[in-house]
Amino acid sequence: MNILYFLVGCSLVMALIFLAAFIWSLKNGQHDDLHTPGIRILFDDEVEQLPTTKTDQDHFSE
Amino acid sequence: METKASVLANSACYHCGEDLNGMAISYDDKQFCCAGCKGVYQILAENNMCNYYAYNDTPGKRFDQHSHFEYLDEESIVKQLIDYQDKESTIVTFFIPAIHCSSCIWLLEHLYKINTAIYSSRIDFIKKEVTISFKKQEISLRNVVETLSTMGYEPTISLQDVVKENGKSVNKEIILKIAIAGFCMGNVMLFSFPEYFGLTNLEKEFQYLFSWLNLAFSIPVAFYCGKAYFVSALASLKHKHINLDTPLALIIAVLFIRTAISTLFNNGPGFADTLTGLVFLLLMGKWVKQRTYHHISFDRDYRSYFPIAITTIKEGKEKPVAINELSIGDRLWIRNGELVPADSILMKGDAWMDMSFVTGETEPQQKVLGEIIYAGGKQMGEAIEVEVVKLVAQSYLTGLWNKAHYTAGFKENFNDSVAKYFSLAVFIIAFGAAGYWVFENDSNKAWAAFTAVIIVACPCVLALSTPFTLSAILSVFDQKGFYVKNTDAVEELAKCNAIVFDKTGTLTSTENAKVHFSATLSPEDKMLIVSLLRHSSHPLSRQILTSLDVNQFYAISKYKETPGKGIKGIVNGKIVYAGSTRIVPFGIAIAPLNGVHIVIDSTYLGCFVVAQEWRNDLAVLMNKLQKNFKLKVLSGDTNKDEKALSRFFAPATEIKFEQSPKQKLEAISNLQEKGSSVMMLGDGLNDAGALKQSDFGIAITDNINNFTPGCDAILKGSSLHYLSNFHQLSKDGLKVIKISFAIAIAYNCVGLYYAVQGTLYPLVAAVLMPISTITIISFTTIATRFFARKNKLS
Repeated sequence: MNILYFLVGCSLVMALIFLAAFIWSLKNGQHDDLHTPGIRILFDDEVEQLPTTKTDQDHFSE
Repeated sequence: METKASVLANSACYHCGEDLNGMAISYDDKQFCCAGCKGVYQILAENNMCNYYAYNDTPGKRFDQHSHFEYLDEESIVKQLIDYQDKESTIVTFFIPAIHCSSCIWLLEHLYKINTAIYSSRIDFIKKEVTISFKKQEISLRNVVETLSTMGYEPTISLQDVVKENGKSVNKEIILKIAIAGFCMGNVMLFSFPEYFGLTNLEKEFQYLFSWLNLAFSIPVAFYCGKAYFVSALASLKHKHINLDTPLALIIAVLFIRTAISTLFNNGPGFADTLTGLVFLLLMGKWVKQRTYHHISFDRDYRSYFPIAITTIKEGKEKPVAINELSIGDRLWIRNGELVPADSILMKGDAWMDMSFVTGETEPQQKVLGEIIYAGGKQMGEAIEVEVVKLVAQSYLTGLWNKAHYTAGFKENFNDSVAKYFSLAVFIIAFGAAGYWVFENDSNKAWAAFTAVIIVACPCVLALSTPFTLSAILSVFDQKGFYVKNTDAVEELAKCNAIVFDKTGTLTSTENAKVHFSATLSPEDKMLIVSLLRHSSHPLSRQILTSLDVNQFYAISKYKETPGKGIKGIVNGKIVYAGSTRIVPFGIAIAPLNGVHIVIDSTYLGCFVVAQEWRNDLAVLMNKLQKNFKLKVLSGDTNKDEKALSRFFAPATEIKFEQSPKQKLEAISNLQEKGSSVMMLGDGLNDAGALKQSDFGIAITDNINNFTPGCDAILKGSSLHYLSNFHQLSKDGLKVIKISFAIAIAYNCVGLYYAVQGTLYPLVAAVLMPISTITIISFTTIATRFFARKNKLS
């Protein structure tokens, strides 16, 4: 059962890594603005030629 | 879908969505309402950025005039504005009120396409802030601001930007503490589990390791996360005063010492699980309490209204100077729409000052040469020259903030007043139990009983029920357009027994003002007037245009707009004037009204008057409030509306007119001296002193993003009629806190029964605390909802 000592150590190290990751993200300012990134991710990549008609219609016409 | 969109595009400006009123400017097959909107579209089209229009229909905002940004070339001013600077790049953050949709985010984050010297720009949508980093060798701060401005996103640069306050780090620290406490709590729970379910021989082997690990986890929790409680307890003891943190600090200390002792001597499980759980829950309570609307600023003062720089004239040359650097004797050049930043004397020009910031009076006043102009006045007309006679900080209006007017001292809340008696009772029971066991000659049990009583009688519930109840009330309020600064303010609201109202902007609404014409107009006259007015971007012209609703126009020639006075032009061969009394040619008899006067070919037709509209349901609200409050009205305006106003109030109500900001402030302190707890409702900068002095200051606004003076709460104008319900709910909230306190005491009695006998097993403490906490939090949530429904607020 001595393996338990090792496992307890492993679980602690893992937990500490996650805690450190959280602290890093906090200090890095990732929790400062919780609203804008949600909008930002919806922007399309740049297209050279602008589509003339927009959005959902296209899916149904085919 | 397609047809609907094209109809929309035909009747509204492609950029800003404003009704075209038949005067479209075409470009690229698209219709624009003004040259400004077309200009923005042109810039975007040239830079291949028309995606802006793909995310939202008509995302732009109409803008009328450009400010002057020469002051941004001054090194000393620039230094105060920027966040960071090195050899390569400069980082600056601006507040841009025009940010309102996802298209704005897209456009402002693609600034680098318009000017390659801008490296990147980031938006914080909620705060309406943009952070821009740019190469300062290639583009100056002024160019950056002008780029923003030409696209309709003019940043608001006020004196407050220079004096940046950092409240952010406090919030980050508490989240960090919660994370660490939560981490430790979870691990301690894990290692305490074998203890909870009884130990087999195999597990006994690990007990030693686990209790040492638990002790290790307790150290950061007690000394880092719980540090604030010790500091606050020591500070309050120094002042010979007990607050809620005093017993909490004692409990944290006792829990830690007992855990350390049982670990060191290996005699049974410690209280590490209770300790970490307690600190975690306490910090959660604290966090809920601190939760506030970070995008709304409640601490604005005159600095957010004042620009950071002003044009001075030295040896015949214009030079921008930072406002803090103004000295007595400086000559200032005040353009149309600019604010006089310090008390000064008029030296040159025709001064028509809009003093609404200072007095609440909305009609502009004319000043003669040599007359003093108080800081806060806004020039409406041609540029004037003034000489500074008092420094900015010592001027009449700004002096209201700087003087030590505000007597409101330490406010004791319910928690702190209960904490005294609570701590006393706990000490009596703890010493009583210890004394009994010492008398019985069982010193082990005396120590166990003493510490157990302190642990069990934890005011943790008290520390949690208040923030949870009050923050639940805060969220009920904010659904109804009432934004309260913090949870402490809700307690202040409940205590109020007198209300003072401002009139203009508070009891009346500026948004749904109606336009009336003093006489009747023939359709032909209407067409003449509309043809003239549609060329003006003045808000009054727009209001009148909408009210007249005419869609045919004549051609116009010799159009001339005089800022602050009015407009004239030749329409269909007739000379048409529209504007204040000052634009009308001399010798024409004029009705003594304030508004837009119309003269066609030397014949005076009449005047458009914008009538103030009273807010909805005012009579019903006042009727309700009269039962519980002493009411009072203090208006900075003249008494022209006295009759209309007095019908809302009981005859005995005091209604005063022509009150200066200082008189308002004094009236409130007088009421406070008589023992009243005063709630003040106001809107402008002229009420700001009174709002600050009052026990609970509410700033009323029709648009939450507009500037409001410093206050305890911001109320949407459309929700004013809920005022008595808001007050009732806050009172009910205090009731809920008291009931939950009673429930907590019932739980404590059960724990105390074991504790005084010295037989409190750590497991009982570890279970009792979360159970009582969960009971209280669910009780406060349900009770608050019940009361919100009862008060018709949800």
